[in-house]
Amino acid sequence: MEWQWLPGHLDDLATATAQHLQLALLPVVLGLIISLPLGIVSVRWRWTYPPIFGIANLLYAIPSIALFVFMSQYVTGLSVVSAIIPLALFTLSVLVPNVVDGLKQVPDPVRQAATAVGFGTLRRLMQVELPIAVPVIVAGIRVATVASISLGSVAGIMGLGGLGELFQDGQQRDIPSEVFAGIVLTILLAFVCDVILVLVQRALTPWSRARKGAAA
Amino acid sequence: MSGFLNFLLPWLTSPAQWSGQDGVPNRVSEHIFYTVLALAVAMLLALPAGMFTGHTGRGGFLAASLANFARALPTIGLLVIIVQGMGIGLVPPLIVLVALAIPPILINTYEGIRSVDAEMKDAARGVGMTGRQVLFRVELPAAMPLILLGLRTAAIQIVATATVAAYVGLGGLGRFIFDGLSRQDYQALAGGTVFAVLLALVVTLVFMLLRRLLVPRGVRLQEKA
Amino acid sequence: MKGTPATMRKLIGLTSLGAAALLALSACGGGTPAAQSTAKASSGTVTVGSANFPENVLLGEIYAQAMEGKGVKVEKKLNIGSREVYFRALKRGELSMLPEYNGALLTYLDPKATAVTTAETNTALKAKLPSGMALLDSAQAEDKDSVVVTKATAQKDHLTTLADLKPVAGKMVFGGPPEFKTRKQGIVGLKSEYGINFKSFKSLDTAGPITVSALSKGQIQAANLFTTDPAVLTKGFVVLKDPKNLFGAQNVTPVVNDKLVPANAKQVMNQVSAKLTTPELVAMMKKVNVDKDDPSDVAKQWLKDQSL
Repeated sequence: MEWQWLPGHLDDLATATAQHLQLALLPVVLGLIISLPLGIVSVRWRWTYPPIFGIANLLYAIPSIALFVFMSQYVTGLSVVSAIIPLALFTLSVLVPNVVDGLKQVPDPVRQAATAVGFGTLRRLMQVELPIAVPVIVAGIRVATVASISLGSVAGIMGLGGLGELFQDGQQRDIPSEVFAGIVLTILLAFVCDVILVLVQRALTPWSRARKGAAA
Repeated sequence: MSGFLNFLLPWLTSPAQWSGQDGVPNRVSEHIFYTVLALAVAMLLALPAGMFTGHTGRGGFLAASLANFARALPTIGLLVIIVQGMGIGLVPPLIVLVALAIPPILINTYEGIRSVDAEMKDAARGVGMTGRQVLFRVELPAAMPLILLGLRTAAIQIVATATVAAYVGLGGLGRFIFDGLSRQDYQALAGGTVFAVLLALVVTLVFMLLRRLLVPRGVRLQEKA
Repeated sequence: MKGTPATMRKLIGLTSLGAAALLALSACGGGTPAAQSTAKASSGTVTVGSANFPENVLLGEIYAQAMEGKGVKVEKKLNIGSREVYFRALKRGELSMLPEYNGALLTYLDPKATAVTTAETNTALKAKLPSGMALLDSAQAEDKDSVVVTKATAQKDHLTTLADLKPVAGKMVFGGPPEFKTRKQGIVGLKSEYGINFKSFKSLDTAGPITVSALSKGQIQAANLFTTDPAVLTKGFVVLKDPKNLFGAQNVTPVVNDKLVPANAKQVMNQVSAKLTTPELVAMMKKVNVDKDDPSDVAKQWLKDQSL
């Protein structure tokens, strides 16, 4: 492989990476905003879970390129939004089950204790159940983020921006080093986001560290 | 919904869609062929590795890291670079499909065997089973649900990724999507998408059946409890 | 919230920070396409689009930079897709200018068109353009679709023109972009004008490296490449002659949304077209495809050399 293309194009790589961040991370935020209420509803009214879960999985089975095409041709045109909405829908298949699992694994005694102390339903949810569910939810966010970063490159071959454009241009003009750079940057981006999320999780659950310290 | 069906019906019922290289039967069978082939190769590589690491307990961290790493790989980038190195054909996209299918199989097999009840393994050794017998007669059957889940995840992953492989000239259902886009033939695009989703559904059903057949009754009952 | 545990406060804090950061990032993206178009209509920004192959990206860059140089506000949306895809965007007003090829566009709008010369093509095209769209001056530069075979194949089957393909096409696999199969200036026309029936069609890339490689390796026996492609020369391929002019006149001709493109922008584009010849285009394509220079750099250099 010849590497001479790379040195002169570092700013292009930086722009593509920044664009990709927006392209891939906004969907996760959107997906979370949708999944949290959906998950809470599924736990509270158990019968809603099978249909919600089914739809989320169905969305994931749709080939990504089809949704990108549909959005850009019929709905939101040639802008980043045409990629963001499908990516957000894809995150649902991971985030909804994880929100549900996270909430379900809150031990019943804890829930009952909270009610006994006088917490209302909403307060119990916000101050007890969700914090305990954080590890499982964050695990889902990690998977959704990595998947979103990876899937987001498909948007690039439709002219919607991001690291995928490196793959398109690299293929059209036969520049393997450009494609390689795109692959490496995608992996790096995913790795960095994953690490950040692990740190966020640690920050949000100080009790897990405390417990370990006490046991030692 | 009915509007969508009305949109698709002329395309579905036209005889041109059901014959020849571009016809639905050919593309669906191509797609199934890629899926089965890639899954088989991935199984051959990942199952032994998963069983070994699960049984011995070594290499678990490596397996988990590999799975995370593979999830981050951009499919299109991989396809392009391998085709740039090897040209078009069946093998280059197949390499990518296999590479992306290995992690779920590996991780689930490892987890499945790892999580077999330690007491059960102990009891098996106590009865006099060798290590290999423990693996094949106790751990593997007990791990079957998770292993099947890994295989199913991998299969659906392959079905979805194979559609993207049409970008570098591969056949299969992805052709309806990419060709449909280029030719503004939205019926073909929608049709290809529908069949891809149907195929994923079929895969899910197949694995439900396999579950019924391969998971020992005792393990299934234990799961329900 | 009184009594909120530290976790929740941290969570809310982090989420707000993250959301704010992402909103800031997305502010760079702008509003919906419809909102952007109306905004542009009033501010006179020209949105330049292009097809998904390097030469058209190059042409997009050339016209865009020329206009920018003369003070026109330009937004580029290059590398979109096939004509079937990007032309819709032009009709919708998402794009306001495309560096088109007159013959190909004419056949797209009117598959029965029979125009042969540049003048005929442009007259017919002006009649067929959707209302609201206008044709600017054609450049002398042409880039035609062509059917190409390897030197070995040409010698073996004695191929010099497209008509020579008729007896042997039945055992040949043809490779080209997906849209070539359904176009008049494609498989459809090859069949109706020259009676050619290939054994099968392989959808590959848009006259790009995959097609070139497949032809070289013999995975396909005939391919669709562009006449300005340096690969034809470097690989020693043979371009089959087109006596019936199926592939028509293909002058680079900007198509614009009449209302969204201001008069001074149109003038600049005509100035550019006046200087664009086929040899110039071929030389630039060599830089883009062989030397791997960026289309935007090659465009900038050429405009400088032409004092545009």
